[in-house]
Amino acid sequence: MTKQHANWSPYDNNGGTCVAIAGSDYCVIAADTRMSTGYSILSRDYSKIHKLADKAVLSSSGFQADVKALQKVLKSRHLIYQHQHNKQMSCPAMAQLLSNTLYFKRFFPYYAFNVLGGLDEEGKGCVFTYDAVGSYERVGYGAQGSGSTLIMPFLDNQLKSPSPLLLPKQDSNTPLSEAEAVDLVKTVFASATERDIYTGDKLEIMILKADGIKTELMDLRKD
Amino acid sequence: MTFTIQIENGTEVRNAEADSQRTLYPYVTGTSVVAIKYKDGILMASDMGGSYGSTLRYKNVERMKAIGKHSLLGASGEISDFQEILRYLDELTLNDNMWDDGNSLGPKEVHNYLTRVMYNRRNKFNPLWNTLVLGGVKNGEKYLGMVSMIGVSFEDNHVATGFGNHLARPILRDEWREDLSFEEGVKLLEKCMRVLLYRDRSAINKLQIAKMTEEGVTVSEPYSLKTFWEFKAFTNPTVGAEGSWLYDN
Repeated sequence: MTKQHANWSPYDNNGGTCVAIAGSDYCVIAADTRMSTGYSILSRDYSKIHKLADKAVLSSSGFQADVKALQKVLKSRHLIYQHQHNKQMSCPAMAQLLSNTLYFKRFFPYYAFNVLGGLDEEGKGCVFTYDAVGSYERVGYGAQGSGSTLIMPFLDNQLKSPSPLLLPKQDSNTPLSEAEAVDLVKTVFASATERDIYTGDKLEIMILKADGIKTELMDLRKD
Repeated sequence: MTFTIQIENGTEVRNAEADSQRTLYPYVTGTSVVAIKYKDGILMASDMGGSYGSTLRYKNVERMKAIGKHSLLGASGEISDFQEILRYLDELTLNDNMWDDGNSLGPKEVHNYLTRVMYNRRNKFNPLWNTLVLGGVKNGEKYLGMVSMIGVSFEDNHVATGFGNHLARPILRDEWREDLSFEEGVKLLEKCMRVLLYRDRSAINKLQIAKMTEEGVTVSEPYSLKTFWEFKAFTNPTVGAEGSWLYDN
């Protein structure tokens, strides 16, 4: 008999948008709180941002079950790291771990679109942007998810950083102040919410600094 | 166990027996489950129907079951897979009880366990064809969550599966409040179930409402809702419809 084909998909897109901006001594990570499936909204209050280490915060959109599994794997690997090295993982270390974890499932990928934000070993903000199978790059700012195509061009316009190909290597972090960066994030999300049906409800903003993490919540359009 | 055999032209084919073990489509299914948090705990409603395709084959299916002392599980989708999940949970609670350390599984733990089970089966391409609703109260904290057949999970103040997601959730978004009394909660759930009765072809007019509070679980006796079928829109559906020649003037 001919091979039966499944009439269900192991993947689903639960929507949502994630953004991160790296500053001189801070990092802003933001994501909306809407979780959808098809044309339905499952939850208006679902957080896509997760703290992995003191200086590394992950924000992921895509297939939520894969995102949750990915977080669990990273969390447990971080715990082992802490036991073995008696210290927290740095953001660049977590970035490499995330890339390896994603590639490990290269032939049945985690359908997760990640933005990792935090502070590097020098205390400067750092943002890493990923695709679903682990290809990653350190950038000054990043956007992933359903609204990323609406947000990224605007961030390019406002925050354009020097090319990473230049020598000597120039800092890709934005010179903007923390308040200006947060304001920019609020603006881009308000705009993305207007046109992207999967983005909306509430905006969760996490500001990572050397002395700790602050969280802010802002209302977005609910339609 | 799966293993491959070579055919002449070199293409590999997985052992047909192993493939026949995987779930392809559901056979006997239950329709929506609707649940809300209310003042004292959780209220959950589901009908007692088990459909075999388009036949309403079984009319006495209990799709809500108590799990341990603190949780209530409701399921829509394949009934046999729901029974399998109950067996998993039985094993889980039994092993937990054997520790005899005074600890008992709360709704958060059961929800997490179920999410892992559903996700794991999805990874093996052999899903449990259910959408589960898990509600409970432990130490005064109310919890209500949902898991889909591919492992998507979340918690909220009100949840609904299947058609309930489309028909009941909007009603709940409009009328749910933090401090609903028991009577108000039941009325709200009945409103949702009535809409589902009118519009979901696999719904039957025989439902149960389960209540979960700190004291424990009570599942009501089956009862039916009063329905009204003489709405003008039901008796004469084409009046005033687009392209229709019937007008009500």
